[in-house]
Amino acid sequence: MNDLERLLAGPEAGDDQAMERLRAALASRAQEQNLLDIAYRTIDSPVGSLLIAATPEGLIRVAYARQGHDAVLTGLAERVSPRVLFAPGKLDDAARQFDDYFARRRHGFDLAVDLRLAEGFRRTVLQHLPDVHYGRTVSYGELAALVGHPRAARAVGTACATNPIPLVIPCHRVVLSDGSPGAYIGGPEIKRTLLDLEHSEIA
Amino acid sequence: MSLPPFDWVVTEYGQVVLRVCRALLPMHDAEDAAADAFLAALEAYPRIRPDSDVKAWLVTIAHRKAVDILRRRARHAVPVADVPERASGGEPSLADEALWAAVRDLPGKQRQAVAYHYVADLAYADVGAIMGTSEAAARRSAADGIKALRLRYPSASVAPDQSKPNKEMS
Repeated sequence: MNDLERLLAGPEAGDDQAMERLRAALASRAQEQNLLDIAYRTIDSPVGSLLIAATPEGLIRVAYARQGHDAVLTGLAERVSPRVLFAPGKLDDAARQFDDYFARRRHGFDLAVDLRLAEGFRRTVLQHLPDVHYGRTVSYGELAALVGHPRAARAVGTACATNPIPLVIPCHRVVLSDGSPGAYIGGPEIKRTLLDLEHSEIA
Repeated sequence: MSLPPFDWVVTEYGQVVLRVCRALLPMHDAEDAAADAFLAALEAYPRIRPDSDVKAWLVTIAHRKAVDILRRRARHAVPVADVPERASGGEPSLADEALWAAVRDLPGKQRQAVAYHYVADLAYADVGAIMGTSEAAARRSAADGIKALRLRYPSASVAPDQSKPNKEMS
């Protein structure tokens, strides 16, 4: 390939800035045309990089790094819509609320949620979880009783393990009956970190 | 097999679509056309076959957007000649902007063939399909275009090699 052909094939200085402008223009036009089926961004947090994704109805997914952000986006493309775009502006308010939560400036999230990824009993469990307030914990069995199925502690565990919107739907507040944290989507260390964060505030 | 998130299509092909648009249109129109092309692609995306040639598909959409814009420009007002372009935010080097201007000065078919083959690296069969012409005609247009560019933009054959020692330094 000679010089002229190489110049034509690129890349060249300024291409990266042009890409940023392209992404911004596309995200805003897509939103105007109601084509932004899923907007996503990532945020840095004390528990690592978080992926957050929203449909026009509300927040549909929060994912920890260990869940594989690419895998999560692929799953959303498959199950909800392949019209997935990086659109950080659309999620500015959500990002700010996460920052405030980790800085202990807020105890709950004021965000619309889209629970279509959870069905049946799992969804019922997730809908009851916001009743477990900041700084409190319940056992799997207690939560099962709370939703009216006292013998369904195991199913409650599954609902927590498949929670598509952790943190906002606080499944980290569901612990073992002996009070130890137990398993968590983000890993047991993160569960401990979150419980400590919330508990030290109350104590 | 299902479609990957559209965002990955933007990541993978954003540059090439932007560069194709710059070869076809003045810079402010080029970025607008690229964003419009991706918007149209986003709309149609759920309906494409997962094994489609996504790059050729995107360049086809960009081609149509560019043709629309040029037609609209030709209908309205006196076309504004290539005024020195503001570098909106980015800092394209002067040499490259001069090259894009030279590409845009080529006759339509040559400009398109150069953009789709040399900028987008599409095979001549695809280039011909996009332009509505034969593979052989597309190949000829691209060759003529490159020949003309060499005459109008001779510095490209020697200048942009940064590794050569600068004469004025010695």
